[in-house]
Amino acid sequence: MKPIDPQLVQEKLTELAGTSLYIHLETTNGAYASHKNQSFFSAGAFIRNVQLNFLQGKITGKGPYRIGLETELGWLYAEGLTEWETDEMNRVLLAGHDADGKLAIALELSEKPFPK
Amino acid sequence: MENHVLVIFPHPDDEAFGVAGTILSHTRAGTPVTYVCLTLGEMGRNMGRPIIANRETLPEIRKLELTEACRLLGVEDLRRFGMRDKTVEFADQEALQSRLFDVIEEVNPSLVITFYPGYAVHPDHDATGAAVVQAVKRLPEGERPKIHAIAFAQGCEDVLGEPDIVHDVSDFADQKMKVIEAHASQTSGVIDTMKKQFLEEDETVRDRMIVERFWTFPL
Ligand SMILES: [Zn+2]
Repeated sequence: MKPIDPQLVQEKLTELAGTSLYIHLETTNGAYASHKNQSFFSAGAFIRNVQLNFLQGKITGKGPYRIGLETELGWLYAEGLTEWETDEMNRVLLAGHDADGKLAIALELSEKPFPK
Repeated sequence: MENHVLVIFPHPDDEAFGVAGTILSHTRAGTPVTYVCLTLGEMGRNMGRPIIANRETLPEIRKLELTEACRLLGVEDLRRFGMRDKTVEFADQEALQSRLFDVIEEVNPSLVITFYPGYAVHPDHDATGAAVVQAVKRLPEGERPKIHAIAFAQGCEDVLGEPDIVHDVSDFADQKMKVIEAHASQTSGVIDTMKKQFLEEDETVRDRMIVERFWTFPL
């Protein structure tokens, strides 16, 4: 992955608007967060291969970046994004890594389902 | 000496830190070891240092790391169960127990090594240990292999007491370090520090490398 260039990501989002997509969205602080620090409140979520067709999408912020995708009936929101790539299967993979390089958030868009 | 050892964990690298020395002591003695690994750790947070993986390439990378770790351990029978990281506790438990039971029947182990359900911190660890216990209990009493379980939750010794199985694996410490190193996507950030602390005889790291502790699970 490479550091996010917001202009390139914006171009990609504009291109993908109106297409039927499969989404992987995830936030995580790791399963060991509360074990290492008992006062830490551990929370996280992921959803994989939910189908989404967004009307318009935008990337904002100075880095880490935020992305909002507006759909007919609602929104998708992600913050803390730092790296991205378009892989050989033309999937758009975005992620946010903390100072130790650990993944904290992932947002991925694909025209084909991701493997389960 | 065991006839056959069956190791059951949910994540590649679960076998590295607390068990690799014990596994090596069995394989070096000529005891066959079967390793059932339920997932590929697809949802791991570590992506290598520097970052070498993304969420979609991580499984393939960890699959190779697992294969290499097994080679270093002398484990010739690796079974990947194809489940997804973080979802073990939500999967069909009956079906999982049956798959584990089938392996137990097939390899007929004298010893099973897994996590201690309820005291293994990660929900996948606890769910794996619980499914293994249920699978073993499908065998009639008297025909069940013993279970050596790993516990590391805070305060687990207050409830479980001291571990009754304590292995000195200092003979295998160097090879164990290689096994840990083989899981590079997960350990490259800490391996250099670990090696240094080990050589400098840092007590925590030395203890972690040369002593492996288990509780015999009451069946
Ligand atoms: Zn694990």
